[in-house]
Amino acid sequence: MTNVRRAVRYTALVLITAVFVTPLVWMTLTSLKTYDDAQQDPPSWLPDPFSTYGYDQIVNNTANPVLRWFVNSMLAASLHTLLVLVTASMAGYALARLRFRGRKLSFALIVGTLFLPPTSLIIPNFIIADRLGWLDTLTVVVVPGAASAFGVFFLRQFFLSIPAELEEAAVLDGANHWQVFTRVLLPLSKPALATLAVLSFLANWNDFLWPVYVLFSPERLTLPAGLGLLQGAYVTDYPVIMAGAVLASLPVLILFVLAQRHIIQGVSRSGLKG
Amino acid sequence: MADVIEVGAARGDAPPPAGRPRRRGVTERGHRATPYLFLAPYLVLFLVFGLAPILFGVWISLHQWDLQLPNRPFIGLENYRDLFSSDSADYADWWSSVRATAIFTVLSVPLLVVVPLGLALLLNEKFPGRTFFRAAFFAPYVLGVAVIGLLWRFLLDANLGMVNRLLGAVGLPADTPWVTDVPWAWVSLVGVTVWWTCGFNAVIYLAGLQDIPAELYEAARVDGASAWDRFRHVTLPGLRPVLIFVLTTTILASANVFGQSFLITQGAPGEQTRTVVWRIVDEGLRNYDVGQASAMSVLFALLLAVVSIVNFRLFRYRED
Repeated sequence: MTNVRRAVRYTALVLITAVFVTPLVWMTLTSLKTYDDAQQDPPSWLPDPFSTYGYDQIVNNTANPVLRWFVNSMLAASLHTLLVLVTASMAGYALARLRFRGRKLSFALIVGTLFLPPTSLIIPNFIIADRLGWLDTLTVVVVPGAASAFGVFFLRQFFLSIPAELEEAAVLDGANHWQVFTRVLLPLSKPALATLAVLSFLANWNDFLWPVYVLFSPERLTLPAGLGLLQGAYVTDYPVIMAGAVLASLPVLILFVLAQRHIIQGVSRSGLKG
Repeated sequence: MADVIEVGAARGDAPPPAGRPRRRGVTERGHRATPYLFLAPYLVLFLVFGLAPILFGVWISLHQWDLQLPNRPFIGLENYRDLFSSDSADYADWWSSVRATAIFTVLSVPLLVVVPLGLALLLNEKFPGRTFFRAAFFAPYVLGVAVIGLLWRFLLDANLGMVNRLLGAVGLPADTPWVTDVPWAWVSLVGVTVWWTCGFNAVIYLAGLQDIPAELYEAARVDGASAWDRFRHVTLPGLRPVLIFVLTTTILASANVFGQSFLITQGAPGEQTRTVVWRIVDEGLRNYDVGQASAMSVLFALLLAVVSIVNFRLFRYRED
């Protein structure tokens, strides 16, 4: 009986896994086909022959500088993550541990924006970015997104869950706030910082709507924004389009495999505090 | 989580305990400006790109504001009125996008609330390979909408796509216009979105399930409750706060749908699958009528705020 149950469970799990994973496998296999091979009917699973055609097109294409987009995305996501970690941890420390006039008000305002759909700020933020002269620059895909309240809220909650004794001991030893923050609190918060870093990187790397509308020059695009152009240029030349999609997927899939625990924990915790 | 907040608040706000000399605690040492210095870097970001745009957006919506014209006369609520009067140029497109968004939300939300719950229940026991399956279910979610959009545009292509070819191989119709005609376009958009994001909701459910004390299940079992009874009387009530969270965030996410229809159906057929968010950015950043677009944004944000509040209210009342 239990054996039957186990068999049913594993069969179900394997079938569901196939539903989730097969499209990704198909994307990868298609990226390794030649143009003719990808047009075959009925289609074959394995590329015959294995070909770097799609990737060659991407590397040698000057109108659609995919590698440049990759570098842009990497820079943007890394700088964005750094900015979020620094600003959110400092603000989270102030809101969790320090006492000052306006603390409650600022926290209420920050949390309040969590309930607002970010898409509703796109038009005014576009005009603000324009007045700052940031349109079509790397800055515009790095900085505005860091105003999100999520990081501050997430770290503040984590800091509050850490007992303050160690910090009080450090103060008795003559440490100032900056030393308490950098030498006591931050080292204790490594798991939360790692989770926030991974989530921020993913969000920025995958962001689509904002970069599509605030970046214009082909050499300035991020990879997701560029992929749309690639589709326009290659239409049904699927090995090339899928090669671009694979390139956009690899970093986040690698990050997911390496930091799965952090991502899952971050997501779980975001649900429980709701 | 809630009691943690209160402990922190007490630490920050309570006066020093009476009868003791003023203790030089973590919170009281240092210069008066110190807290503001810690807050300042984020606060600048927040004020410029978080708070200012809210007020600015409302301000823009009260003007006839074209990005390419120097004059931006104040016109009161005219931009809003245009959205409700059938003789205005924007009326038809706006309500068509509202309709598209409503259809997508109504179709996708129930699936995204129920299917992940099933997945989470499947994973809610310790067995070999559990972490692997959880990761596999979650994997599509780490990819961006640009990737999954291009991928499914390809898979759903009526002639070259794998979906129709697989259907043909098992003797079913192989010429379904998945991305170019309704109702198929809706099936595609909803199906892809469920495939893409249901691992995310499943992980949230799973965390909620693990918070339900095992003793409750034991007690129910002792009382002779069936598996279905245990699900109805232990699992569901235990999941209530998580369910509210999942329902609310899923409604918001679905209402904000953009990339899927932008990339997969490209609005087709006609502009029937063009969503509100797409309509807003198109009006503002392609047609440069940011006044009108801002009015749409404000209405949209208000509507979603009402939906969230109603959600929380409804479920809170039932809890009492």
